[in-house]
Amino acid sequence: MEIVLAFVVGGLYAAAVYLMLRRSLVKLIFGLVLLGHASNLLIFTAGRLARGQPPIVASGETAPPAPYADPVPQALILTAIIISFGVQAFAIVLLKRAYQTAGTDDLDELKSTDT
Amino acid sequence: MKLLLTLPILIPLATATAMLLAWRRWRVQRALNLIGVSLLFVASLALFAGVWRNGIQAAQLGDWPAPFGITFVADLFSAIMVVLTGLMGLTVAVYSLASVDARREAFGYWPLLHVLLMGVCGAFLTGDIFNLFVWFEVMLVASFALITLGGERAQIEGAVKYVTLNLFSSAIFLAATGLLYGVAGSLNMADLARQLRNMGGPGLATTIALLFLISFGIKAAVFPLFFWLPASYHTPPVAVTAIFSGLLTKVGVYAMIRVFTLIFTQDAGFTHGLILWIAGLTMITGVLGAAAQTEFRSLLSFHIISQIGYALMGLALFTPTALAGAIFFLFHVSVAKAALFLTSGVVYKLRGTYDLKKLGGLYQPAPGLAILFLIPALSLAGIPPLSGFWAKFVLVRAGLESGEYVIVATALGVSLLTLFSMTKIWAEVFWKKRGSSDGVDAPGLDCRPRRISCELLAPTLLLAALSVIIGLLAEPFFDVAARAAEQLLNREEYIRAVLGGGS
Repeated sequence: MEIVLAFVVGGLYAAAVYLMLRRSLVKLIFGLVLLGHASNLLIFTAGRLARGQPPIVASGETAPPAPYADPVPQALILTAIIISFGVQAFAIVLLKRAYQTAGTDDLDELKSTDT
Repeated sequence: MKLLLTLPILIPLATATAMLLAWRRWRVQRALNLIGVSLLFVASLALFAGVWRNGIQAAQLGDWPAPFGITFVADLFSAIMVVLTGLMGLTVAVYSLASVDARREAFGYWPLLHVLLMGVCGAFLTGDIFNLFVWFEVMLVASFALITLGGERAQIEGAVKYVTLNLFSSAIFLAATGLLYGVAGSLNMADLARQLRNMGGPGLATTIALLFLISFGIKAAVFPLFFWLPASYHTPPVAVTAIFSGLLTKVGVYAMIRVFTLIFTQDAGFTHGLILWIAGLTMITGVLGAAAQTEFRSLLSFHIISQIGYALMGLALFTPTALAGAIFFLFHVSVAKAALFLTSGVVYKLRGTYDLKKLGGLYQPAPGLAILFLIPALSLAGIPPLSGFWAKFVLVRAGLESGEYVIVATALGVSLLTLFSMTKIWAEVFWKKRGSSDGVDAPGLDCRPRRISCELLAPTLLLAALSVIIGLLAEPFFDVAARAAEQLLNREEYIRAVLGGGS
């Protein structure tokens, strides 16, 4: 299962970077979204995959039985999803605004502030 | 002490909230702004005094014991950076009173400024790597809004690059954090330091370290990841640029120094050697980029990059003197740089342009301003007896002690080029005759107000004076930096303060 997810994560990163390298503003935002997904899935995989093993400590024990689904990466992902939701909402509005003020969605045209 | 650790976050939060409640009541917001930054500055000084007297302080939020809950830690380095945040907040908030237009005020300039300060303080004080990510995002969202506030075309274009590259950096940070958790099973920085030390052999840790290096490198604008900075920093109003230059890239450098002194020291020969190369190339590209600029703020933006290289040089050399130099340098450069940007804003008020070609002849009507610019400019270049001289002197001495002659030569050469750049600005803005031949010079520009309001001058004067004071009384300031560096290198002290007892 880890192998499959590793390829999925790799594929998502590749797609994200490819989209961000395109010249279109819309593809840029898709790239950013995919990048966030790739990172979240990576954390999920790096936190070990275990099915049907809730991290519940039995009475009298101090730790749950050995292979258990670690809740911390899931908590991290949840936080990261909320943050990326807010940030991406901002990014979408910004790119729409950029399209309106510059009158183009071609990133190569947005060069007036470059040096 | 616990309260003191959280106050630098709670004060801006409370201020921003109160401002939102006083929406559309600008006088109330302005008053709250002044109260908020003053309290923040006092709280930061109190925190510094506490850490100076009693050593590293840690607070476990929600009373969860150390590696499980979220920890806030203040060692001397953090405390110094929080004082810097308080100082920048104070000066820029006062400066903004006279320089931010009503439209930006109406769209929430004041609350955003305080949310930004909250994010920065949080990043400096947290002792948890994931929590650091969260504070970065708080800071970034506020900075996104501040950089676009006003919605001018240049701002939006600059913001597209700023937002994209910072989100990219955050994604890498997040991935690195996840991998680090997978390897060490912890997110608490002190615990991570202990876990990675006991792991034996660098292994995956070096790969993760490089991911952090890339992520923080983008935020700190180092070579070759700096391109977003000169494309965006000169677009917002000058008060925003000043606080960005004073704090945001410094947060990146802070994070880099923190993780590369506390967590990733297993493979120091490789990682710190790489940082040394980055430091040298950052200095050179920054200063050469500046040489080609003719816009006041673009030129200063390139100098931000070049100066970041010096701070990294201190980290890369990784000796007590070098780290002390890096900390000293970070403080000095934030003060000097903010002073330069604030002066550029005053020049804009007087002449209505940032273009060096159209400026000129300001020495005659405003000799005081010319000298006010000259102090931080010479300090940045490293002319004694100003603060920059001592900062560079310590770094160069540390470089000579470690036998890294190439970086020392680079640092000295770049200082000369910085001096060239600063004298170029000074000559163009103040000394040369006002260009009348190019015809662009509309006579209407002369009708601008001659009197510069005290809200603009006082913060600039304070920062310039501070640069002189640090230069003249360098010893106490350097002692503080040296002790902070000692704490950074003596990791046990940090680990013990957070985790308590035996490690």
